[in-house]
Amino acid sequence: MSAIARAARAFPTLLRVGLAEALAYRAELVVWMLTTTMPLVSLALWTSVADSGALGEYGARELGAYFLAALVVRQVTGSWLVWQMNMEVKQGGMSHRLLRPVHPLFAYAAEGLAVIPLRAVLCLPIVPILLHFSGTEPLGDPARAGLFLLSMVGAWLINFFVMALIGALSFFIESSTNVFQAWLLGFTVLSGYVVPLSLFPPWLKQLTDVLPFRYTLALPAELAAGTLSTERALVEVGIQWGYVGLSAVLALVLFQRGTRRYAAFGA
Amino acid sequence: MVRYGALLGVRFRTSLALAAAYRAEFFLDAILSILWAIAGLAPLYVAFDARPSVGEWTFDRALVVTACFVLQKAVLDGAVNPSLLTVVDQIRTGTLDYVLLKPADTQFLVSTARFEVFRVLNVLLALGLFVWAFVGLGHGPSPLDVLLCLVLLGTATMVLYSLWILVIAAAFWVVRLDNLAYLLSSVFDFARWPISMLKGAWGFVFTFVIPLALMTTYPAEALLGVLAPQTAAYAIFGAFTFSWVARRIWRAAIGRYTSASS
Repeated sequence: MSAIARAARAFPTLLRVGLAEALAYRAELVVWMLTTTMPLVSLALWTSVADSGALGEYGARELGAYFLAALVVRQVTGSWLVWQMNMEVKQGGMSHRLLRPVHPLFAYAAEGLAVIPLRAVLCLPIVPILLHFSGTEPLGDPARAGLFLLSMVGAWLINFFVMALIGALSFFIESSTNVFQAWLLGFTVLSGYVVPLSLFPPWLKQLTDVLPFRYTLALPAELAAGTLSTERALVEVGIQWGYVGLSAVLALVLFQRGTRRYAAFGA
Repeated sequence: MVRYGALLGVRFRTSLALAAAYRAEFFLDAILSILWAIAGLAPLYVAFDARPSVGEWTFDRALVVTACFVLQKAVLDGAVNPSLLTVVDQIRTGTLDYVLLKPADTQFLVSTARFEVFRVLNVLLALGLFVWAFVGLGHGPSPLDVLLCLVLLGTATMVLYSLWILVIAAAFWVVRLDNLAYLLSSVFDFARWPISMLKGAWGFVFTFVIPLALMTTYPAEALLGVLAPQTAAYAIFGAFTFSWVARRIWRAAIGRYTSASS
């Protein structure tokens, strides 16, 4: 049996294990989820800013849709793999993973995917409100809905591979969490998490179109909020999947190189 | 009291030595934390870009609040968070035993375990922001306002510290808790905005439940000379009460500590 077929066969079991682990640390999961509800506060803030003068194409309604969408996107596509990888490389837990017949990144992906249903269920109450808010170009349109799903998968993959990439850096350097902090800094400002990106001055807006951050949050959120035209979205989903490919290749290569020089306890 | 002052000095010197030992990391951390503080200004800039004011807040006035925020955040990340996160680990692994055995107050020992010295740069940045804001406003604060602001910043630090002590106290009941501190940090991030700019129930929540208003908005208003005296009095009274309650809860919590092996 080929390695890929073997991995595929193990996948359902890995998902079950991941789900069981997530349920075992329920309190932790809930706290993580609360952490991602910050867009609600951003919403309250920007609504009051919008009250005292228009904010580009964002009225109270679009802001509502946008930030609720941002919450759902972050909730479903977020990944904190880098902490776990960093710890496992430092403390030797990686050795166990390397002994198993499936690729560690594959196992991590399964763990990450297993949590999504739980998070999605907790997001469900938000969806009707979102559909109610979303303005001129509703998500009900099948083409847009398809693009939205595609962009969500893309956002998850970019997040996952970038976290894996930064996590793999801990094979080489002492403090990969610093690199993560830098990434998080870029994400917070340039992904549309605290400010819808079209409110930025033009030069900064253009910069965000080139950087990967936008494609991890703003793209699906704007699609859901209906502030992005379908044609433009098509182009951006293309760019997004380009980033998926790039981050995947980099993460896999770096991980491969890293395991070669891995020398934690007992390895 | 003198003994505790000396102890604090020792603790501080240890942290300084630690920072000097890992110089590359020190500079990297310093640069990152300055960048974080500056990046935080972007939303403020966007909000006031196209309009002169939001409610009673203009850019320069809101900048005073942000300066207070940068200052408090430096205190939080430099003096409160690092130590208290160490405790969570010590509770889990049982090494808190060694801290309890030492002949000094446990709360003092765990609260001073580690300082991140480079955050001093953020304090300087905050001072710069204060200057920038008051240059924009075109007049300096009166000495009395500065005094009230300093008092309120002091009580705000007490509240902040007490809030974190409560989080750590919770670690005696629930073991894995690092992320609760993380949650509180991300909530604290909204203190960069004047609380009255938030719509709906948040104003109430961030004044009475998680008193963010007390930490940045009130000191800023004091500095701007618009804080009502009663509000200041309530804030100070509230801060002392809260610290006292937090101390009580900490003592109750540490009474429940059973070490790792038992």
